Amino acid sequence: MSNIEQSIPDEGDRLENAIELKEVEGLSQGQIVFRRFVRHKGAMIGLVVLMGIVILAATSIGWGPIPGWWKGGGFGGSNPVEIPGGRPTLQLWGEGGFQIGNYPFGQDAIGKDMFALTMRGTQQSLMVMVVIGLIATVVGVLIGAFAGFFRGWLDNLLMRFTDVFIVLPTLVVGAVLGKIFGNVNAVILAVTLGFISWTGLARLVRGDFLALREREFVDAARVAGASNARIMFKHMIPNAMGVIIVNTTLLMSAAILLETALSYLGFGVQLPDVSLGWLINEYQTAFATRPWLFWWPGLFIVAIALCINFIGDGLRDAFDPRQRRIPTTRALRRTEKAAAKREARAASVGTVDGANG
Amino acid sequence: MLNFVLRRLFSSVAVLLVATFLVFVLADIAVDPLEDLRTSTAPNKAALIAERTQLLGLDQPSPVRYLSWLGGVAGCAIGKCDLGMAWRTNQPVADVLGSALVVTLKLVTVATVLAIVLGVLVGVVSALRQYEGFDYGIIFLSFLLYSLPTFWVAVLLKQWVAIGFNDFLQDATISLPAILAIAIVLGIIFGSAVGGEWRRRFIVFGVSAASTIAVLSYISATKWLLDPALGPVVILVTGLGIAYAVTAVSTGVRNKRAMYTAMTVAVLGAALWWPLQFVFQQANGALITGLAVVAVAVGVVVGYAWGGPDRGQSARTGAIVAFLVAGLIYFDRLMQAWRPYSESSVINGRPIPTIGSQTPNLKGSYWVVTLDQLTHLLLPTLALILISFAGYTRYQRASMLEVMNQDYVRTARAKGLTERTVIMRHAFRNSLIPLATIVPLDIAALLGGAVITERIFGWTGMGTMFLKSLDNAELDPLMIYVLIVGAVAVIANFLADLVYAALDPRIRVNA
Repeated sequence: MSNIEQSIPDEGDRLENAIELKEVEGLSQGQIVFRRFVRHKGAMIGLVVLMGIVILAATSIGWGPIPGWWKGGGFGGSNPVEIPGGRPTLQLWGEGGFQIGNYPFGQDAIGKDMFALTMRGTQQSLMVMVVIGLIATVVGVLIGAFAGFFRGWLDNLLMRFTDVFIVLPTLVVGAVLGKIFGNVNAVILAVTLGFISWTGLARLVRGDFLALREREFVDAARVAGASNARIMFKHMIPNAMGVIIVNTTLLMSAAILLETALSYLGFGVQLPDVSLGWLINEYQTAFATRPWLFWWPGLFIVAIALCINFIGDGLRDAFDPRQRRIPTTRALRRTEKAAAKREARAASVGTVDGANG
Repeated sequence: MLNFVLRRLFSSVAVLLVATFLVFVLADIAVDPLEDLRTSTAPNKAALIAERTQLLGLDQPSPVRYLSWLGGVAGCAIGKCDLGMAWRTNQPVADVLGSALVVTLKLVTVATVLAIVLGVLVGVVSALRQYEGFDYGIIFLSFLLYSLPTFWVAVLLKQWVAIGFNDFLQDATISLPAILAIAIVLGIIFGSAVGGEWRRRFIVFGVSAASTIAVLSYISATKWLLDPALGPVVILVTGLGIAYAVTAVSTGVRNKRAMYTAMTVAVLGAALWWPLQFVFQQANGALITGLAVVAVAVGVVVGYAWGGPDRGQSARTGAIVAFLVAGLIYFDRLMQAWRPYSESSVINGRPIPTIGSQTPNLKGSYWVVTLDQLTHLLLPTLALILISFAGYTRYQRASMLEVMNQDYVRTARAKGLTERTVIMRHAFRNSLIPLATIVPLDIAALLGGAVITERIFGWTGMGTMFLKSLDNAELDPLMIYVLIVGAVAVIANFLADLVYAALDPRIRVNA
């Protein structure tokens, strides 16, 4: 535990700043954030994989108006079992090379196509996740913004209202709500879950607004005659966007785990529709005989949640002004050389000037 | 201060009332206690429905029923508790609640303590190795664990840890490739955790891999896992290792008296192993607790006996080492019970259970019963740890990095303090402050939130009580669950604020 890297000496600090400054020269805040985000490897991989999953789920068996290219075009129907035991036909290597086959994720005991079921589950889980994320964001931002902007009794009232939802575990309220709305419609379930997931965001936005409302640009806007609503929505929310975006992402990864957990417990999406959590609940006992029935839905949950967590991490780094990229040794050396050259040139110009003068 | 506490108390009670009322109304909409009767074909259907409506007061609107429930619970303040009935089984809620609370506490305590200790440890090491291989590995691992659904992990654990390990025990030999793979993985982990020069990393890698191979080969060759025991020699060697490590972290190896204290305690522990075996024959819970206290006291006394100006530090080191060595001896005795346990007729050679909190009809000594409870705790505890461990690691890493960049750490280094002192005394202690505020909240969340874990592993704790009452349309046990979870959350929030204010002088509570 002895060799902690000592903090970089001043010369290095200066060089790092030079690199940082050169990179952000002439860019707007949004462009800087975007560049930083694009440079975050984990976030970019996460984004690509997530897009892949969304496209696969949306197009394969069709989603609403989008027609599917997968044979059968739907889910839930059963066919005769192709390979004995319903083993997956997907193969990556071996005899015949890479093959997808008719049932890449295998079949269950009565011959249902696991690929179609998993795709449908992914669609449902993604849909629930996005709806929860949107609703929770809107409610959380509104409540946090009003509490932070107006302070006083309204703040007190709204924050106690937030506390009401904080003292109740989300899973518990979710189970009760799921019992009411779960067998009605997945969208309605998602909407109601959205209305209980906004508490963390509301607190954060309130904190941000309390600090922002003391800033000069708010005073300037007020002097210029802007209304309260205009100050809040045109001036302050854009400044709190970092907190909002980052937390919406993290909220979504929590949302997909909440939805799958509820469906697993039987309070979420219910037959005839399926979700990833429901699939795991249904097939967990088949683990010893047909492990693929259990692996595929689980892998999709983990992949989606992991991608979103990485994207959230990338966004957080991109929005954090204190976050600095550690420059590579090569970049440091290059800047050093450039700085030395510039200094040498300045020195020679100086002497010439002096000679002329 | 008093004003702050009173105001907080008042608003907490109000919040709790509103929250319970909301859940009561929602749950009342969600459940239908008459469902089974509506579809029944009994000739006296109408009479049955009327009877149950009368029993549950369904003819009254739900706010009225909420008030009557609240009145019963509020009676606790004047000593006349009426928590209601679980009407399907005609059991008073107080009875159901008592056993459920005990089960959940047993499950949650071990998991929380282990998750905090492990998470803090790994988080600190990860922060000290910022942007190195180990750090990136831990970041990725914590993201992965964060994204795992509990119920999925639990099924995997059942399959691999329980069933797989039980199958493995039939034979209990480890194949050579498996030994090599484990050795290499452990070597890489330790090598990158220690860090520093590549030479140093390679040495650590080699030493840890070689010792892993040696230990695993011994375990495999002697089928040690079927009848495990440590014995006095292993206890002595491990004890000395613990003594060195604890001294190095708590006072630094240059503090000779602390080092002598730790070594004395370790030797003393190994020497007491033999006489303790006879004491252990009459073991029970109280005796073991007493022995643990005695061990710590002996450690303190040894520390004071070595004297010197810093006897407080020596005593502290001695106490920690004594506790750990005593734990080792206890663990050794538990291992000796392993064989009788796994060979007993109800266990039948498959010692890791996948369900329940204890084996029914198991008879045996204190050791066998304790071992049985521990094996039952294994899987659910693992599942709970895996998930909260990730959170603690990330939190501790961030807070440690924050502190390491503070000016006072630079000052401490500039004074010429050793790196150990800077990290342990100046950085680590301060980095724990933010943790002190989330631990109460986390415990509160775990108390009510082990719903899924309990369900999967068949523990009849609080979470199972909640799910069952929701399924059975029994509002009384459900409301008690919500009340307890809500109250614990409110109290934990309050505690967290107070703890933060006490630890961090920059925070004022009377704002």
